[in-house]
Amino acid sequence: MDRQVILEELKKVLAPYTVNKEALNSINEETSLTQDLKINSANLVDIIIDAENKYDIEIDMDAAEKINNVGSCIDVILEKMKEKN
Amino acid sequence: MERRVVVTGLGVVSPNGVGVPAFLNAIQNGVSGLKFMPRYKELNFNCQVCGVPEFDFSDLQNYLSEVTYYGLKGSTIGYAIKAAADAWIDAGNTLDTDEIHWNTGCVFGNSVADTEAMKRVIDLVDEKQARKLGSRVVEQLMNSGATAYVSGLLSLGNRIITNSAACATGSQAVLMGYEYIKQGAADRMVVGSNEYIGPYVFGSFDSMRVLARKFNDTPERASRPMSATANGFVPGSGAGALVIEELEFALKRGAKIYAEILGGDTNSGGQKAGGSMTAPNPQGIQRCIKTALQNAKISGEEVDLICGHLTATMADKLEIENWATALGRRREDFPVVNSLKSMIGHCLSAAGSIEIVAVILQIMHGFVHPNINLEDPSPEILDLAGEKALPTQLIHKDINIAAKANFGFGDVNACMIFSKFK
Repeated sequence: MDRQVILEELKKVLAPYTVNKEALNSINEETSLTQDLKINSANLVDIIIDAENKYDIEIDMDAAEKINNVGSCIDVILEKMKEKN
Repeated sequence: MERRVVVTGLGVVSPNGVGVPAFLNAIQNGVSGLKFMPRYKELNFNCQVCGVPEFDFSDLQNYLSEVTYYGLKGSTIGYAIKAAADAWIDAGNTLDTDEIHWNTGCVFGNSVADTEAMKRVIDLVDEKQARKLGSRVVEQLMNSGATAYVSGLLSLGNRIITNSAACATGSQAVLMGYEYIKQGAADRMVVGSNEYIGPYVFGSFDSMRVLARKFNDTPERASRPMSATANGFVPGSGAGALVIEELEFALKRGAKIYAEILGGDTNSGGQKAGGSMTAPNPQGIQRCIKTALQNAKISGEEVDLICGHLTATMADKLEIENWATALGRRREDFPVVNSLKSMIGHCLSAAGSIEIVAVILQIMHGFVHPNINLEDPSPEILDLAGEKALPTQLIHKDINIAAKANFGFGDVNACMIFSKFK
């Protein structure tokens, strides 16, 4: 799956947790979830659970620790989708 | 000079009205909020009637940020947020400011944390899916969930307390807030209580055989406090909230004042001398009422209205007897008494706060709400209180002093005295 497609889909996954809505429209791979989007760090687990459900994957705790910006989130999703196939 | 404490804001989620205007209209017109519950029939409960507020959960989007709203599931916290935020706005304040109100605290109580949220946890954990619970579950399982949400939304920075004293919880919360202001610990408090009756709590009471089971076909007739055909109580859900503040603080900010809190008391009968886990020791109740009057510096003669606990069980007679003894008033001399539970059932921990909102409205607007379903008063109660004290229709009447009490499992009592603000 194309990284840009996942990035667009991630906007929807992140939306309910994002305080800074304006920043959400212009996210790129460098966008930090907590710094730029002002997502409460406690909510990262909810985003992971939502992403697991959306892509039918399982993101273990080691993989989850790598997630800090949009790019690393896409990396982990792609990696887990690949493992599944 | 002694600090005086006044009521400046009200909010309510009641089975017979959500929001103060709807609730005021309902209690003046004797509107029942009790409904037949098809689910409870399926579950083989004896009682199949419940007090359910017409609460639109999505209305919370008008109060909470999208991030906070998303992931909030439980009705019990939802009721508390709605009631407390409405009271706060009614008192002339705004929500979610960056300014922290260091002089304002919150006492809000409940009986059990959200059983809807708890059920989901139990199911997922048992299915070995605990990892899917997410970050928003714990805050909704904690007993302090309601105070946590409310204090964050209102930016409160003084003491934040979650109290629990079964059916005395609501009155006790108001008393605690009053005492903190009186002592000078806070200038303003948001006080109240909330309760959600799901099938698990309901079923547990049903098994005790203390619920009304004879009026499943006519739910609005099921809750019959003080009636000869009283046959047990009807559980209900909801929340009530008040903003209370020190008089000078209220005057300085130009708040409108609804009523004054003169005093109160909370105690226990020690589960002795007739008292038990589930029954009150009469001495405890009488002491509680008398001490409340003393603290309020008024005599029993001055009470214009009793808003009783009066749940529609065998205990109603005992309660009227205790009021008569504590106030030193019987028969023709007994003050007018009413029970909101005739319309909304018994909202357990939320009962006290919803009923206190009704007390304040009766003082503000000069009326006594009817006791519905009291066409056949219990002969013993009639003998103690006399017919005139048991109104079945709305009475327009100036209420200067109202006494309110609630009594809970564990033999805990709470009594509050309110007056018109002069």
